Amino acid sequence: MADLLVLDGIRKSYNVGTPVETEVLHGIDLVLKAGEFVALMGPSGCGKSTLLNIVGLLDRPTSGHLFIAGEDTTLLAEAALTRLRGHSIGFVFQYHHLISAFTARENVIMPMLVDHGRPDAPMERHADELLDQVGLGKWRDTRAMNMSGGQQQRVAIARALAMNPLLVLADEPTGNLDTASAQGVFELMRRFNLQRGTTFLVVTHNHELAAQCDRIIDLVDGRLTGDRRIRAIDRVSRPG
Amino acid sequence: MRRWLTFAWIAALRFLSEGRMQTGFILGGIAIGVGVIVFMSAMLTSVQTNFTNRVLTSQPQIQLKPPDEVARPLRRHDGVVEAAIVQHPTQRILSLDQWQTILSSMRGRSDIVVATPSVSGSALAVRGDASRSIGILGMEPDDYFRIVRMPDYIIAGEPSLGTDDILVGIDLANDLGATVGDKLNITTGPGGSRILTIRGIFDLGNRGANERNTYVQLRTAQSLLNLIGGVTEIDLTVVDVYAAETVAQDIGAVLPVKAESWIVTNAQFFTAIWAQTLSSLLIRSFVGLSVAFGIAAVLIVSVLQRSKDIGILRAMGSSRGKILRIFLIQGGVLGFLGSLLGSFMGGIALFAWYRLARQANGAELFPLVVEPSLFLFSALLATITGVLAGMVPALRAARLDPVEAIRG
Repeated sequence: MADLLVLDGIRKSYNVGTPVETEVLHGIDLVLKAGEFVALMGPSGCGKSTLLNIVGLLDRPTSGHLFIAGEDTTLLAEAALTRLRGHSIGFVFQYHHLISAFTARENVIMPMLVDHGRPDAPMERHADELLDQVGLGKWRDTRAMNMSGGQQQRVAIARALAMNPLLVLADEPTGNLDTASAQGVFELMRRFNLQRGTTFLVVTHNHELAAQCDRIIDLVDGRLTGDRRIRAIDRVSRPG
Repeated sequence: MRRWLTFAWIAALRFLSEGRMQTGFILGGIAIGVGVIVFMSAMLTSVQTNFTNRVLTSQPQIQLKPPDEVARPLRRHDGVVEAAIVQHPTQRILSLDQWQTILSSMRGRSDIVVATPSVSGSALAVRGDASRSIGILGMEPDDYFRIVRMPDYIIAGEPSLGTDDILVGIDLANDLGATVGDKLNITTGPGGSRILTIRGIFDLGNRGANERNTYVQLRTAQSLLNLIGGVTEIDLTVVDVYAAETVAQDIGAVLPVKAESWIVTNAQFFTAIWAQTLSSLLIRSFVGLSVAFGIAAVLIVSVLQRSKDIGILRAMGSSRGKILRIFLIQGGVLGFLGSLLGSFMGGIALFAWYRLARQANGAELFPLVVEPSLFLFSALLATITGVLAGMVPALRAARLDPVEAIRG
């Protein structure tokens, strides 16, 4: 398997150059293979979300290099980063963050709409397929605000996969759900990982769910303290 | 989703429609503002057009008169003035020198529409025991009535004049207890005296003019004022009424006449019009500003409410420019829709005013001038105001850090 994500000495500091400068990430070196399903674990405040934001190109590291599919993103200008983020990375947040003004289908269409500019029939078909796959085909015309937490998170997963990204970053996607819903959402992500070959980096505090991943990475106080492989990657290669 | 709309339009319209109450209130505010602007603009235009028409159709736009008589100071052979005080001489009624030549040259100018001679002076009108001092103006009705639209002001009788006829104002007729067909004894200072028949009674809408102005045939006035063959003025109308002063100065520079335009003789009228325009402009500007601040306030609240959505859209790959457009479009749409509502409200208010505000006799106060361009201009102005008002919130939205926005 090829390296999809390479973090080389990533450091992140806040209030740089001031007396209260604080380093949150202390030189992270990490490699994720294409098609891996990885859990990122650690206590609150250890820098998980910061790391995820840097990997998701929402934030820039203070130093170090971040390679996505071989491209050094630390050298890219903001417009190029925005484009790469839109095409290559999908996000699933703890609080789903669907846009309440839109229906489930429209939320799934949104990343494609941002990219293409105007809606069209293929976009709608693709959104419908994804909603069918997450079991919400009948809810496509329901506004996000009228759905349950589990349903909203399923829509968020469908939205994250709309652009067929290389990497999906999930920040505690099950943290706000009951046990059954959490297991359902996790299995859904796992199924997409297995079927599509999409790489997942999932932040979670749930050890049972983490145990179902290919690999578990531990982050403590801004440093990687553990990297355990649970099982070998054995699945279909990513289509086209 | 409308397939012909772009992402920014879809998001902008959906955000507006989702916050219905917020959108409704600000649309109401914009509509009231635009309605006030439409109503005030139409009223101001109507009042000014009406006033200007009244001024222009009740007097010549340029009058050519003989130059004032001046006393020449007595000087010694070495140029020193003998008398320190020179008394201003009395101004006699004099004929315009070479008036036929001047009239002919005026009629040959391309910037002059009508040129006609007239004779004016003061007289005494007597009927029975009543007498009133009047101004008498003799003219050639066919030409003069193209300058002063006397037929439009006739309220009794007719504007046609024979050599023994006179037109009088409504207030003079009332003072003398006279009506159409009655006779007046007209006596002038130079000794002229004639019995004239009232052929028509007019109302110029001005008490002073209705009490003093009278109109007779040119020959009748020449006879009464002892100016046989002479005229005291040549009255003109010009192609461009607002260029009258320029034309008057041009004529005064080449001919030995005193040329007075309506702009100079009605300086106070112009001052009033200017003051009215300025105050109206100020009111409209402040109304426009309050509309702009209203739109900006609503959009800033919207940016705060939607900061998470903005963060998500940025995470999906939406550029800062697209986020900027979403809020600029919202500002423009609010301005445009508000202007449509406001134009409708302004139109209703104008219609209501036209129906309700009437003179005692039921006639309209003045004709309303409502041009379609007023509504188009208001819509354009409100839309531009909306876009500009949306600039600050849009920039704020575009500059949001997606990490901070998502975290809330």
